[in-house]
This record gives sequence, C-alpha cells and structure tokens, in this order.
Amino acid sequence: MSAIQTINKKLVGFFCLALLAGPTSAWADYALNMTKGVTKISEEVYDLHMLVLIICTVVGIGVFGVIIYSLINHRKSKGAVAAQFHESTTVEVIWTTIPLVILILIAIPATGTLLKIEDSSDADVTIKVTGWQWKWQYDYLDENVSFFSSLSEASNKARQRDSGINVYDVKHYLLSVNEPIVVPVNKKVRILTTSNDVIHAWWVPALGLKRDAIPGYINESWFKAEKTGTYRGQCAELCGKDHGFMPIVVEVVDQDKYKQWVVAKQEQAIAEAAASGKAMSKSELMARGEKVYKGNCMACHQDKGQGLPPMFPALAGSKIATGPVKAHMDIVIHGKPGTAMQAFAQQLNDADLAAVITYERNSWGNSAGMVQPSDVKAAR
Amino acid sequence: MVQAQGSYYLPKPSYWPLVGSIGLFLTLGGFAYALVNKTDAGMGNMTAMYVGMAVIVFMLFGWFGTVIRESQAGKFNDQVDVTFRMAMAWFIFSEVMFFAAFFGALFYARQLSVPWLGGAGNNAMTNELLYPGYTAAWPTNGPGEVGGKFETIGAWGIPFYNTLILLSSGVTVTWAHWGLKKGNRAQLILGLLATVVLGFTFLGFQAHEYFEAYTHYNLKLTSGIYGSTFFMLTGFHGLHVTLGATMLTVILIRCIKGHFTAKHHFAFEAVAWYWHFVDVVWLGLFIFVYWL
Amino acid sequence: MSTATATHDQHDHHPTGITRWLFTTNHKDIGTLYLWFSFIMLLTGGAMAMVIRAELLYPGMQVVDPNFFNMMTTMHGLIMVFGAIMPATVGLANWLIPMMIGAPDMALPRMNNWSFWILPFAALMLVAPMFMGGNFSSGQGPAFGWTFYQPLSGQYDKLAFFIFAVHLLGLSSIMGSINIIATILNMRAPGMTLMKMPLFVWTWLITAFLLIAVMPVLAGAVTMMLTDKYFGTSFFHAAGGGDPVLFQHVFWFFGHPEVYIMILPAFGIVSQIIPTFSRKPLFGYASMVYATAAIAFLSFIVWAHHMFTVGMPVAGELYFMYATVMIAVPTAVKVFNWTATMWKGSLTFETPMLWAVAFVFLFTIGGFTGLMLGVAPADFQYHDTYFVVAHFHYVLVTGALFAIIAAVYYWLPKWTGHMYDEKLAKIHFWVSAISVNVLFFPQHFLGLAGMPRRIPDYAVQFADWNFVSSIGGFVFGLSQILFLFIVIKTIRGGAKATDRVWDSADGLEWTVPSPAPYHTFETAPEIK
Ligand code: HEA
Ligand code: HEA
Ligand code: HEC
Ligand code: CUA
Ligand SMILES: [Cu+2]
Repeated sequence: MSAIQTINKKLVGFFCLALLAGPTSAWADYALNMTKGVTKISEEVYDLHMLVLIICTVVGIGVFGVIIYSLINHRKSKGAVAAQFHESTTVEVIWTTIPLVILILIAIPATGTLLKIEDSSDADVTIKVTGWQWKWQYDYLDENVSFFSSLSEASNKARQRDSGINVYDVKHYLLSVNEPIVVPVNKKVRILTTSNDVIHAWWVPALGLKRDAIPGYINESWFKAEKTGTYRGQCAELCGKDHGFMPIVVEVVDQDKYKQWVVAKQEQAIAEAAASGKAMSKSELMARGEKVYKGNCMACHQDKGQGLPPMFPALAGSKIATGPVKAHMDIVIHGKPGTAMQAFAQQLNDADLAAVITYERNSWGNSAGMVQPSDVKAAR
Repeated sequence: MVQAQGSYYLPKPSYWPLVGSIGLFLTLGGFAYALVNKTDAGMGNMTAMYVGMAVIVFMLFGWFGTVIRESQAGKFNDQVDVTFRMAMAWFIFSEVMFFAAFFGALFYARQLSVPWLGGAGNNAMTNELLYPGYTAAWPTNGPGEVGGKFETIGAWGIPFYNTLILLSSGVTVTWAHWGLKKGNRAQLILGLLATVVLGFTFLGFQAHEYFEAYTHYNLKLTSGIYGSTFFMLTGFHGLHVTLGATMLTVILIRCIKGHFTAKHHFAFEAVAWYWHFVDVVWLGLFIFVYWL
Repeated sequence: MSTATATHDQHDHHPTGITRWLFTTNHKDIGTLYLWFSFIMLLTGGAMAMVIRAELLYPGMQVVDPNFFNMMTTMHGLIMVFGAIMPATVGLANWLIPMMIGAPDMALPRMNNWSFWILPFAALMLVAPMFMGGNFSSGQGPAFGWTFYQPLSGQYDKLAFFIFAVHLLGLSSIMGSINIIATILNMRAPGMTLMKMPLFVWTWLITAFLLIAVMPVLAGAVTMMLTDKYFGTSFFHAAGGGDPVLFQHVFWFFGHPEVYIMILPAFGIVSQIIPTFSRKPLFGYASMVYATAAIAFLSFIVWAHHMFTVGMPVAGELYFMYATVMIAVPTAVKVFNWTATMWKGSLTFETPMLWAVAFVFLFTIGGFTGLMLGVAPADFQYHDTYFVVAHFHYVLVTGALFAIIAAVYYWLPKWTGHMYDEKLAKIHFWVSAISVNVLFFPQHFLGLAGMPRRIPDYAVQFADWNFVSSIGGFVFGLSQILFLFIVIKTIRGGAKATDRVWDSADGLEWTVPSPAPYHTFETAPEIK
C-alpha cells in the first residue's frame, strides 16, 4: 500500500468514526474507554474510573459553563461594565468545601477496591513471573513448570525497521508470543513479579492487573478470571531498547484443559533434559545455534553479529567470540553484571548454549572451533 | 527589614561567572570523561578535570577578591548585608536538603528495605524465594553479603571524641565572634585559630578512622548498604568540614589582616553559620550512623 | 521596609557587543538570555517530539530504531522540563520581579549571571553523549526516560555525563532561586507589603522555595547513582541491602514538587493577565496566595502517587491516594477565583487573554485527569499508558507552556517597545489551540484502550488515534514557528507601545516607559 493510500484509508476511517461517534456501539471497535475486563476487580476499577470521570465531567460542565457564559455576555463589545467586587469569604468557603466533600465521596469506594486488590491470600495457583530484557519467564511454583515467553516470530520480523511486511497482515501484531501462559478459569491466581535485570511491569488490562517486576524483590498480586479466552498485555515499565516488544498473553481455560496443559509441559521438560546431554555434529550445532541466536541474542547483537556499538558490542570479529573458548562460555553462561548482557545459564539448556556459542564462533567471518554440551556443563 | 542608608550596590558586568561556568564544565565534564573511560586499570584521562579545577580556583580568588575589595571600599550598605544573610541562610537550607536525601536513604534502608529483604511487611515471598535464610539486621551488607564480612566502628571511640571536638569548635567560634563584636582582637584570633585547629584535628581523626575501617575492619564503600550509607554520609560530611575549615582559615587570615569591624563582618558570620550547620549534621550522624 | 536606590560603578553604563551578554549583571539582559535559551530548547525538544510523532504516525517501524526512539523520548522530556519550561519562567522572573516590586535589579546581579551561564554548559553536557562515538542513529544518548529509573539508567555507559549535567542544572536553579527569594524579601519598594505584591511575584517566591528544597534532593539521588555505578555502593541493589525503589522515592520527592515548580509561575501569569482584560481586580487575592502555599505544601507529601504499582504496603498506597486528591482543593480555589474574576467583568480578547482563557479550560482538563490518576486502584490501569501522557501534556503544554506564551504576548510590548502583530498572533493562537487538542486529546483514548507509553511501535488497534495525534502534533509544531516569526518581527519593529500598553493593566512595570529602560527604579517608587 502506498503512503498516500494509507493516508486516505486513515482519513476515511477518521471521518467515518466522526459520523458514527454518536451510538456507543460504534465506539467499541475503537476502544475509547477502559476495558471492563474479566475479573471482579477489573470491573470495580472500571466503575471507579467511570465514577470519577463522570464527576469530573459534571464539575467541568459547571465551571466551563460559567466561564463561557461570562465570555459571551460580559464582554466589553457588548457594553458590559466591570463590576468591582473582588472578595467574598462565604463564596470561598463554599467552593473549598464542595470539592472536599466530593473527594471524600470518591475516596470511600476507592479504599474498598484497593484493599481487595492488595489481598492475595488463599490463592489456587501461584506463578512467579520474572522479567528479562526482553522476555518473560514463568514459573508455576507448585506444578514445576517453567518456560520463557517472548514476542512471536512473525511480529518480531515485521517490527524490524523497513521490514517490508505490512503489519496489518500480522495477526495480533506485537501482542502475540511464542508461548502464552495458561491459567484455569475462576481460580485465584497469584502472580509473583520479580526481575532479573531492570524494572519491568506485568500488565494485562483485561485482568485489571499491573504490577512492577523489581529486581531483587518480589511483588504479590492476583487475579481471578471469570471468562475463558485469550487476554493480551504488555510490559508497562520502560526497560530499555525493546521495551515495546515484550508482550504478555494469558490463556484462560477451563480446569480440565489446564490440567492437561500442565502434564504436557512437564513431559516436554523431561524429554528436553534427556536430549541435551548428547554430543552433536557441527552442522547440528550450527543449525540449532542459529535458531537460539535469533530467539535470544539477536535483539542486542543484531542479525549479522554487528551489534549496536558501543551499547551492544559486535560479535563478528569480537575478541571474546574469536578468542579462548572459556571466556566466551563464561560471558554467555554467567552474563556480565551491570550491563545488559544477562546470564543465560537458567534460560538455555546445555545443548542450546553449546549450539549458540558454536554458532557465534563460526559465523560472520568468525572461525574459532566448536563447543559441545558437555563443555558447557563443565563450565556452568 | 533594615532601613537602607545610601543605596543598593549593583556590580558592573563581570567575567567571573563565565569563568566559573567554564571551570565547572571542564571539571565535571573531565571527571565524567575519566569515569566513563574507567577500566580495571584505573580512571580515564583526567587532564580536563585538573584544568577545570585550576580554573575554578582561579575564579574563586578573582571573584572573592573582587567582593572583598568592594566590601573594604564600603560599597555594601545594610541592605546588601541583609541580602547576603538571606542568601547564606537559604544556601545552608539547600545543603540541609542535600543531606536529607542521604539520611533518607539511610532511614529507608534501615526501616524498610532491609526488613523487607528479611520478609517483613508484604515481602514474605521476597525472603522465601529469593533469600531463604537471610534475616534482617543492622548493620548488614545485604543478602548477597556484598563486600564480605565487616565490622563496624563503635560510637564511643573516635566518633565520640570527634563529637566533642566539633562541639567545642562550635564554642570557640562563638567565643571568637564575641571577641570580634567587643573589638577584642586577641580573643578573635585565638578563638578562630582554635576552631581551625579543632576542625583539622577532626579531619585527621576521621582520616584515621577511614584507614582503620579499610585495613582492619574490612568496612568499605563497597560493603553493601551499610558501607554505602556510612561512607556516603560521613564522607559527604567530611567534605563539608574540609570546606568549612578552609573557609575558616581564609577568615582567620582576613582577621589577622584586620578586614572586619565590630559592626561589619558578614563573611565571618556566614562561615560561622556554616560551621554550626556542619556541627549539627554531625550530631545527626553520630546518633543515627554510629550510635543507634 | 527598605528604600532601594541604586549606585553603579559606572553610571548609565550600557555595554554593547557580545560581552554585554556574556558578562551582564543586568536583570533584563539576563531575563532575555533565559528566554532565548528556553525558546531554543523548546524548538529542540519540540523537534524531538516531532521525531516521536513521526515514528508513531503509522504502526511498524519506519523512521528510527527503538533505542533512538527511547533517546528521543528521554531527551524530549528532559529538554522540555529543564531546558524549556523552567528557564522560561526564570527568565520571566528576571525580567519582571524587579520591575513589579520596584527594585533596581536582582539582589545578587553577578550570581544571577552565573545562574544563567551554567545552563548552556549543562545543556551541552546533557546532549553531547548523543554525538559521542559509535553511530548517531543507534542512540548514544540517555535513553532511559526523563525519570531515569534505576537500574535501567545504571546500564547506560555514559551515565557520568548525564549525572553531572543534572548537578549543574541543580546548581543553576538553586542559585537562581536564592537570588529570587532575596530580591523579593529584601528589595521591595517602600509600601510594597507582602500582601500587596503582584501574584506573579508571590507564586515565584513559593516556587523558589520549592526549588531550593527539592533540587538538592535530586542532586543526592544522582550522586547515589554515581557511586552505585562507578564506586561499588549498593543504594539501589537488593543484593547489598538497597532497593531500586528507593531511587524512585528520592526522585519523586523531587519530581512531584518539580511539576508544581513548572505550573505555579504559570498560575501567577494567568492571575496577572485575566484581571487586566476583565477590567476587574483579581477575585480572592488572599485566597490565591494561601492556595499557592497549600499546593506547595501538599506537593511535598504526595510523591509516591507516581509509584502506585511498585508494590508499596497498602497503608502507603492509601495515604498517598488521599494526600494526592487533596491537591484538587486548593487548585479548585484557583480555578474558581479566575472564573469569578471574569464574571461580570468587561472582557476583551487580545491575544494574551486568549491564551490565558485557553489555559484555564485546558489546564483544568489536565487537572481532572490528574485527579483520576490519583485514585490508586484506577491508576493501576492508567499507569504508564498514554493516559498519563495526555494528562501531563495538558498541564504542561496547555498549562505551563500556554501561560508562558501568554506572558510573552502580554509583556513583549513592554520589553521591546513595539506591539506585536495582533492578526498573526490570533492566527497563532487559534491554530495552536485547536491543533494541541487534536494532538493530545486522542491520547486519552489510546491510554484507556491500553497503549503503554515509551514504546516506538504499537498494535494496530491503536493506529487511528496515533495518526490523528501525529497530525495534530505536526500542525502544532509548525504553528510554533509562526510564534518565533512573530516575536522576531516585534523585536525588529512595529507600532509603538504606550507605557501602560493595556488600558487597565495594573502594576509598577506599566509605570515605566516602553521599552523598559536598561535601569529601572534606581530610586524606589512609593507604594500607597
Ligand atoms: C505542570 C505539571 C503538572 C500538574 C499541575 C499536575 C497536576 C496533578 N497531577 Fe500530574 N503529572 C505531571 C505533571 C503535572 N501534574 C507529570 C509530568 C506526570 C508524569 C511524570 C512521568 O511519569 O513522566 C504526572 C503524573 C501524575 C500521576 C502519576 C500517573 C502515573 O504515572 O501513573 C498522578 C497520580 O496521581 C498525577 C496526579 C496529579 C494531580 C492529582 C494533580 C492536581 O494538581 C490537579 C488538580 C487540579 C484539578 C483537579 C482541576 C481543577 C479543579 C476544579 C475545577 C474543581 C475541583 C474538582 C473536583 C473536586 C473534581 N500526576
Ligand atoms: C515540559 C513540557 C513538554 C512540552 C512542551 C512537550 C511538548 C510536546 N510533547 Fe512531550 N513530553 C514531556 C514534556 C513536554 N512535552 C515529558 C516530560 C515527557 C515524558 C518523557 C518520558 O517518558 O521520559 C513527554 C513525552 C512525550 C510523548 C510520549 C513519548 C513516549 O512515551 O514514548 C509524546 C508523544 O506524542 C510527546 C509529544 C509532544 C509533542 C508533540 C509536543 C509539542 O507540544 C511540541 C511542539 C513544539 C515544537 C514542535 C517545536 C517547534 C517546531 C520546530 C522545532 C520545527 C519542527 C517542526 C516540524 C517538523 C513540524 N511528548
Ligand atoms: C539485552 C541485551 C543482550 C542480549 C539479549 C544478549 N547480549 Fe551479549 N552482550 C550484551 C552486552 C551489553 C554486552 C557487553 C558487556 C560488556 O560491557 O562487556 C554483551 C557481550 C557479549 C559477548 C562478549 C562480546 C565482547 O567482545 O565483549 C558475547 C560473546 C555475548 N554477549 C554473547 C551473547 C549471546 C550468546 C547471547 C544470547 C544467548 C547474548 N549475548 C544476548 C547484551 C546482550
Ligand atoms: Cu520490560 Cu518494558
Ligand atoms: Cu506528581
């Protein structure tokens, strides 16, 4: 679509919108207002939002009404002569008291809702959510399920600058992930947010839940979804370069489906662990390494290993990636504290690590030998 | 507010402020450059910083010299004097707020963050999942035992002597002030000299304490939150004592030169105020950093 | 009360050339310097906003890379706050306060010069890293938001430049504020009691107090950042017993009063302009003063409303919610007082009045959304979305900036001796007032619909309103070029302005000739 076409489409859309602005149903698509969400809390928050909004609108109409009346009727060109009053204690007292009363009226329901939000006791499922630059790690504490969730590949491709992909063709552009979390409906799910590097915030509007993920601390919050479905959200705290690209997808399913999912995840984990000890050929390593690289490293070190110096160093020709293998394994496994280079020990298994290190040592002009999963295991 | 006699002195255009700005820019820019290029081997190139510091010293001599000359020439009437007083008072207030930030950090760590790491308040899971086995206590270098085991400096040794030293220096400077007001030069100079000596003695003790901390107690700037707050607060205070003692020295020299009269000696008073402020901050330090 | 008459080393000394500006100790020259500096910064920060809006025009990444985008957001916020709005109000203070209180100059003219001349160097230090090493387009400058939260800012490799730039800005502000306080408290003409001072002077007195109280705290915050990054301290690291959230507390202890530092002088300006064009004294002068003081006081105890989602204990959240919404009360008093001033006045709508009236409407809308944000449970949904962006642009752009523009139109004839081109000025007003709403109003919808702030790209359901907002932004941006043109045109010529300029303008500054002579009130006027 050419730029002009796009603009035209936009303008038409805009005017249609203006025409349809009357009936509320037409607004729905454009989402002008806060979502009601699918939890009791999100609904209460919505009501609170509407309450304050309406109060403000009413007060606004009152105040603006008076001003507009003056602007129209008390203008010099209409022969208005200025009165000279400039004080009235009575009036001042009245218009100090009225807002005060209104505020107290707002504060009462707000307090109730807040107390409910902060009560995360008696949860049925507990999920630890860890923010990483720029993905989420989910640990189901009681089920022993753990995985990472990052921006889906389709979105990731499309969001590259001048990718040539029309983002309207990508399903749920920027709001889809490679692996969503799955939770049971009508159960109290406790979310424990924390972070591995900088502050992130886990936010799903429909669940009425936003909570910061702070490195070194754990914040508790909870939700109880009352409708099955897929709910999408995003990281809501600036966390560096790809802050805009770490979405959250929550699938709320019924109890049985949830159970099945948990079992499947547990079996998958066992299979992967078994596979990761074996020695691999170079071509195997390279193929797997490329995938791991694209999924985990490319965001910073870029697709051709050129990095974004000086913030993110190039790996092509880098001293570490072409030098002694020990230093290379060390920085990938343990990261470098105080920089964006994170420890991948937890995120990737031995085979993945061996593969990605081999890949880095043998791509973009580098040529520095291979690494086997057993080497990684020893270096951990 | 005073009744002005004569007229308010307005200085003519001056290049000192611009020189000062350039000095500040070079100093801080140079320091930043050195830090940004810091490696394990040490700081980056610091030439610009040193040049900047020299420019600042040059500016201070030039600017203060001008002010002193103006003062000696009797250009500052009482109203100007009031301006100076207000300016100094508000400057000290700004310093109070600067210290408040660090005291705030100390209180926050002691009352909130460390207990939270130990599981207090709504942070039960923080302790359970991230730091099992860590119990909150003060002093601490955190669950990561950052900087390794360390010992703290007891309140009743050097810190206590330093308290006495600073308190008595507050007395001596006041005594010197009385001398000045009475026109008793000997009392003025003696009192001021004592203050300066006490000030530098304080600094000597503190340097010794730092040395001990680093060599014998393994208490360092890097010793977790305890080391951070300890050295930040005492170090920042020490910097102020250094500044105050230096200014007192300048004032002492000016007194010896006979710059001040019983009525006209705002510079003396400003430094005395500053000294008292440094004194009071020390009391806060003594209580909250060393004692409690 | 003191009589202020002035002596000069060289009487009637009127320096010329470049050194006039470099070495000046004259409050009018320094005011002019501040105002031009802030205008340049407005254009710079505005150009960055244009990059932001250009990237957000369509979904997908077209114009810049993500890190560059974050750098634009960050630098835009910093430059607008510290470079455009604050220096503009300080410039107005310099120009106006001595004239309004009948003083010969500022209390400490040499330090006044220093306060200004630190600024360009601070700005240089702030922007220089953008151009250091590497390739410009990958974003070398600060890219961690104007709030520079730890630990994200700790990852920035040129952090020291940023930190010292903030130190310099703080130093400049503190010295400037000390000067303003000393001038107001010590240099008033005989008979000018505190409760006779023009409201602009009052608001600046309180603003200066706020500045002296909070700028050092910001300096403390960045100093702790400095030692954390370069000297191994643990203030903001949990492992060592610190807390990243401590940074936020210290920052917002500064940051919240900071937003009132930007708006209080604006309140003062509007309180000068509305009575003039209503031909009626300001309603409730005393209550205006008390309300200003109350806002300043409250501003110290509400900071954590920016941090509702960090996981504070619930008691803290409740307290900060109650305290925050309380600010609506004194602010309401102000809005009602302006309304009552216009009521039964004899209104005319010269350009300054248009901006002032637009201020009252649009600032109030921004205040309303502020009130909504203050309701903690709802803020969980609003926080870090475009709803917040909409809120603060209504209070900052249509609040602070509109008031500053109003002030420029109002006092420009006094400064230059020429009337501005009323026709162009009206065009400037109407284009700005309409486009600014096209720019920022849809951002409320975006935020409520779930668009986070500080993102370079967004899901397609946000596309339409972003498009609208960007178009509004470009128009608003272009209309500021018109403003620049009008100001320059007025300086270079135009109808001669009378001394009083506006037929019912009240205050000492209107008793001196237009343009105001280089030195005013060398002998203090007598106030009855
Ligand atoms: C000039 C600047 C300015 C001003 C004046 C204000 C004014 C207010 N602000 Fe705003 N604010 C900012 C600048 C400003 N703000 C900025 C820059 C940010 C974002 C920072 C960042 O994160 O980058 C922010 C963010 C911000 C937040 C955090 C949002 C978030 O990140 O989640 C909150 C939350 O409470 C808030 C609240 C308020 C309140 C209650 C007021 C009140 O003062 C408003 C009071 C005014 C009125 C209410 C209108 C007038 C009243 C009446 C007409 C009658 C009475 C009405 C009733 C009783 C209904 N602001
Ligand atoms: C203090 C005052 C202030 C002012 C005046 C403005 C003015 C503007 N702001 Fe900004 N803004 C902030 C303070 C301010 N802002 C802050 C504090 C933030 C938060 C930063 C952060 O998240 O860390 C922010 C963030 C912010 C964002 C969110 C970015 C993000 O979250 O990623 C956006 C997006 O639209 C925006 C837009 C604009 C626009 C279009 C203007 C316009 O009003 C600007 C108009 C002026 C001009 C355009 C200048 C004149 C014109 C030219 C120089 C010529 C070029 C013009 C063209 C090519 C048309 N601002
Ligand atoms: C969030 C950003 C980010 C991601 C994702 C990332 N890195 Fe890095 N990486 C960095 C940064 C920053 C450095 C520089 C650290 C320093 O200052 O020494 C770095 C350094 C390196 C180095 C050393 C290069 C040199 O010459 O100094 C290697 C090797 C490396 N990373 C490999 C990887 C691998 C393998 C992955 C994926 C599995 C990865 N990185 C993912 C940010 C990242
Ligand atoms: Cu993670 Cu933003
Ligand atoms: Cu605030």
